[in-house]
Amino acid sequence: MALRIFSVTELTLLIKQEVEETFLDIWVEGEVSNLRMPSSGHIYLTLKDQESQLRAVIFRSSGRHLKFQPKDGQQILCRGHLTVYEPRGEYQLVVDYLEPKGIGALQLAFEQLKERLRAEGLFDEQRKRPLPMLPQRIGIITSRTGAVLHDILRILDRRFPNLSILIHPVAVQGEGARDEIVRAIEDLNALSASGRELDVLILARGGGSLEDLWSFNEETVARAIAASRIPIISAVGHETDYTIADFVADLRAPTPSAAAELVVRPKQELIGWVQSLDERIKYALRVHLETQRSKLRETQRSILSPRKRLETFFLKLDELGWRSGQALVRLIREKRTSLHDRTQGLSSLRPDTRLKYWNILLGSRHSQLIQQMTSIIESRKATLAEVMGRMDSLSPLAVLARGYCIARRLPTLEVVREAKHVVRGDRLKLKLYRGELSCWVDKVRLEG
Amino acid sequence: MPNLKFEEALGRLEEIVKTLEKGELPLEESLKIFEEGVRMSKTCLKMLDEAEKKVEILLGDKNGKKQPKPFALTEDTEERTADSD
Repeated sequence: MALRIFSVTELTLLIKQEVEETFLDIWVEGEVSNLRMPSSGHIYLTLKDQESQLRAVIFRSSGRHLKFQPKDGQQILCRGHLTVYEPRGEYQLVVDYLEPKGIGALQLAFEQLKERLRAEGLFDEQRKRPLPMLPQRIGIITSRTGAVLHDILRILDRRFPNLSILIHPVAVQGEGARDEIVRAIEDLNALSASGRELDVLILARGGGSLEDLWSFNEETVARAIAASRIPIISAVGHETDYTIADFVADLRAPTPSAAAELVVRPKQELIGWVQSLDERIKYALRVHLETQRSKLRETQRSILSPRKRLETFFLKLDELGWRSGQALVRLIREKRTSLHDRTQGLSSLRPDTRLKYWNILLGSRHSQLIQQMTSIIESRKATLAEVMGRMDSLSPLAVLARGYCIARRLPTLEVVREAKHVVRGDRLKLKLYRGELSCWVDKVRLEG
Repeated sequence: MPNLKFEEALGRLEEIVKTLEKGELPLEESLKIFEEGVRMSKTCLKMLDEAEKKVEILLGDKNGKKQPKPFALTEDTEERTADSD
């Protein structure tokens, strides 16, 4: 069997592989020592216990998310993985989460209790009681000493100078705080039931670490708050601190000072509110009265003058009567005219009337005709006389009268105008002015 | 009006204001609730003033029985310096 000789690098690599695979996700607890925070932002430290040491690094990327800063000498619980740094042959823990030792358990307890009480319905909204608007007497459960009580009293005095306040001093941290708080809640409830009533409690404590505030995460405190008949305002720590008491309380105030502001409104504001309401009812009544009054006036007006209204009514009635009469008359007139027209039309169509008409027409035409004929005849007569007068002057008879005669050859009776047209022995008829002559031609002389 | 709470009186007052502002009630009833409203606002103002300024602290007596004792703010301030929180 050959002896295997490793180079340092080979061996280191083997170790690196082995270590890094084996310790991939581990939890380690120990005390912080040799803490260094160079400007790179990475945090270097050594975890140690009685016997051993372990180098550890918190890289900047993980360190940014840490809620707490480790300090030398502090016991811490880390989660991370191992790496081997070959150049130096060293291994170290790369931390990605750490918390102060012990707190993790508290945190776990807190979450578990919270879950349990939530499941029980202790945080339900409908369990929350309304706070009185004007508390008759305010109970304050807190440390007798310290700024918290002072701040609350100062703010209350400023907002509402005449308030009745009962302080129940308790230890707010450390051994016994839990039981004192529980008893205070019970005491004040008993006191309120037996005598002067307390109508709101403020459970307050100033800021501190989770451990400092721990009493307010105790189950008995939570149950005492839930059992209280008096509504409770919790005001524990700073705005970012949430305790179980906050979840159970009827109201959570982010800080003790805020509790003082939540418990009562400034007196001046309340007075102003009431006064403005008072003014509003007075104004509303005035408006209401005014409305009623004007309504009354209106009614009165209508009651007082029925005569006037009647008169108006009669006037209107008259006018309507007159107008309808007019309309009726007009209508009758129209109808009558129309009837007349129709009658006329009808009578003109009667046969006897028409016959009469035609007779008359015939008569008139007849006389017209006669008249015209007469006048035509007269005018013809005149024309004839004139023509006859003129004819006289042209008549051959008139020439004959002056001694001429007309010779016409027999038997043709042709008018003989020239001698050559006749021969000897022809018979001629001579027309004289009076009478005729039948003659024989004896001699014809052709001249001229 | 014993046992009447401030918010109840204020609530009634607001109710009256709203009713009156609606102006739907007959005159007689309006006058009636108006009077009630004025009474309510007086009651409210009285309530704001009547609380007695009194700051007490419960302290155990010799027998361990707790009794309210007057408490002055100034006294507390002094104590604070001596006894840190």
